[in-house]
Amino acid sequence: MPTYKTLIVNIRRIAKAGWRSFRRNSWLSAATVLVMVLTIFVITGLLFFNVVAQGIISELKQKVDISVYFKQEAKEADVLAAKDQLEKMPEVKAVQYISREQALASFKEKHKDNAALLEGLKELDQNPLQASLNIKSDSATEYEKVAQFVQDADFSQLVDKVNYKQNKEIINRLSNITDTAQRTGLVISLILAILAVLVAFNTVRLTIYNWRDEISVKRLVGATNWNVRGPFIVEGVLYGVSAAVATMIIVFPLVALISPKLASFVPGNDIFSFLKENFFSLLFFQVAVGVVLGALSSFIAIRRYLK
Amino acid sequence: MIKFENVSKIYQTKEGQIIALNDINLGIEPKEFISLAGQSGAGKTSLLKMLTAEDLPTSGKVLFDKKNVNLIQPKEMPFFRRRIGMVFQDFRLLSDMDVRENISFAMEVAGYEDEEIQRDVPQVLELVGMGDKINRFPKELSGGEKQRVAIARALIHRPDVILADEPTGNLDILNAWDIIRLLIKINELGTTIILATHDREIINSLNRRVITMDKGRVIRDEEKGRYIL
Repeated sequence: MPTYKTLIVNIRRIAKAGWRSFRRNSWLSAATVLVMVLTIFVITGLLFFNVVAQGIISELKQKVDISVYFKQEAKEADVLAAKDQLEKMPEVKAVQYISREQALASFKEKHKDNAALLEGLKELDQNPLQASLNIKSDSATEYEKVAQFVQDADFSQLVDKVNYKQNKEIINRLSNITDTAQRTGLVISLILAILAVLVAFNTVRLTIYNWRDEISVKRLVGATNWNVRGPFIVEGVLYGVSAAVATMIIVFPLVALISPKLASFVPGNDIFSFLKENFFSLLFFQVAVGVVLGALSSFIAIRRYLK
Repeated sequence: MIKFENVSKIYQTKEGQIIALNDINLGIEPKEFISLAGQSGAGKTSLLKMLTAEDLPTSGKVLFDKKNVNLIQPKEMPFFRRRIGMVFQDFRLLSDMDVRENISFAMEVAGYEDEEIQRDVPQVLELVGMGDKINRFPKELSGGEKQRVAIARALIHRPDVILADEPTGNLDILNAWDIIRLLIKINELGTTIILATHDREIINSLNRRVITMDKGRVIRDEEKGRYIL
């Protein structure tokens, strides 16, 4: 039975053999690493694609809201009570109260160049604008419920109008588009990731096929399955780590280059700062993908030679 | 030490049965030097494969030190293999390792200590006359040199027996004789040698026990024999 000490010795020898093989067969290693770089690059790219897509979607969602306009006679306290009720709804993310005075101020600000309009406003002896509640929800599909709630609520006789009806069409369409985009993005990402993984696996498989005679020799001179398998797995791990680091070296300047262009075209999407903030978790993710891919590919590919 | 009892091996192919070994009965004693003679396809390699348990007999038993080799569990197999040194016609060195590493690999997998490996590898390479080429890679060696390294590797576990399957098949006469002399020397140091060859000249000048095979049968088994067909 192997003792603790011989186990350590064996692990050291296996690691050394794996490293030696990785180093000596530099061309083969480079080619395999390159294929794995492509794989990890594709997966990283998909990750960024999804981050950007999510950014665009949430940006769009934020632009959608519904407003509840209250009649002139509604008191501020009543409106604030209604606000409280709405905020208690699980579907509601935020409610913003816009008083009549605020509405007037922003109206004046908006139309400050239109002297005639402002003049007309002065003619009126009271503020013609309504107090409103601006409601935001997590998902566009929830607005139907919110609109319904407002209609059935005890404060409904104070409500003049809800602008949901006029927004309904656009809200529905947007929610369709974002759902489809998310689903399609996920499916395409999965398919591409699977393809990339298969290509990498096949490359490792060919590498090991290349060594099949050596494997039989090792077995003949008394190597156990782990003596044979171990160095290949170590090599797989080395492929994975090198590929992950190489991918990061490519991705970092690439993202720095693309990010400003992307930001001008879809506002609020700064992928370079996303990359900087998540640098280590992303690198860890890439290394993990590479290591699992390399080690698992080796492990699976070598099985048939160890019967 | 080694016993074959009624060993037969039949391979099934699309064209029908191929009888590789037909009712072999043999006994081999420690420290013998045996030549296994016969033409290609006579069953020499099949017989050696029965002994290393690379292949199972269709019927019969192969005993190594009174132990049935066909009943060795896969987990035990690497340990059993270390008791048998093997030398092949095509050398079978590990191409991405140099001479020293080829030998140390066999010792490492057998769990030798680092100090033993550092001490034994140069010694055994000295024994086969390769002490000065310890850092060469197989592709930098001649056929005869590769075979010496292969023999050194086979010797490293101090095996009870060395199986040499046509070890001179890829070598010219001079190198072939060097290898045979080396095997004789190893035999004199106490290791059983089973030399499978179809080289008539080598067998006849060895003047040792000769087992002659033909079509899967042992047709002759003589002390101080000759290769006659």
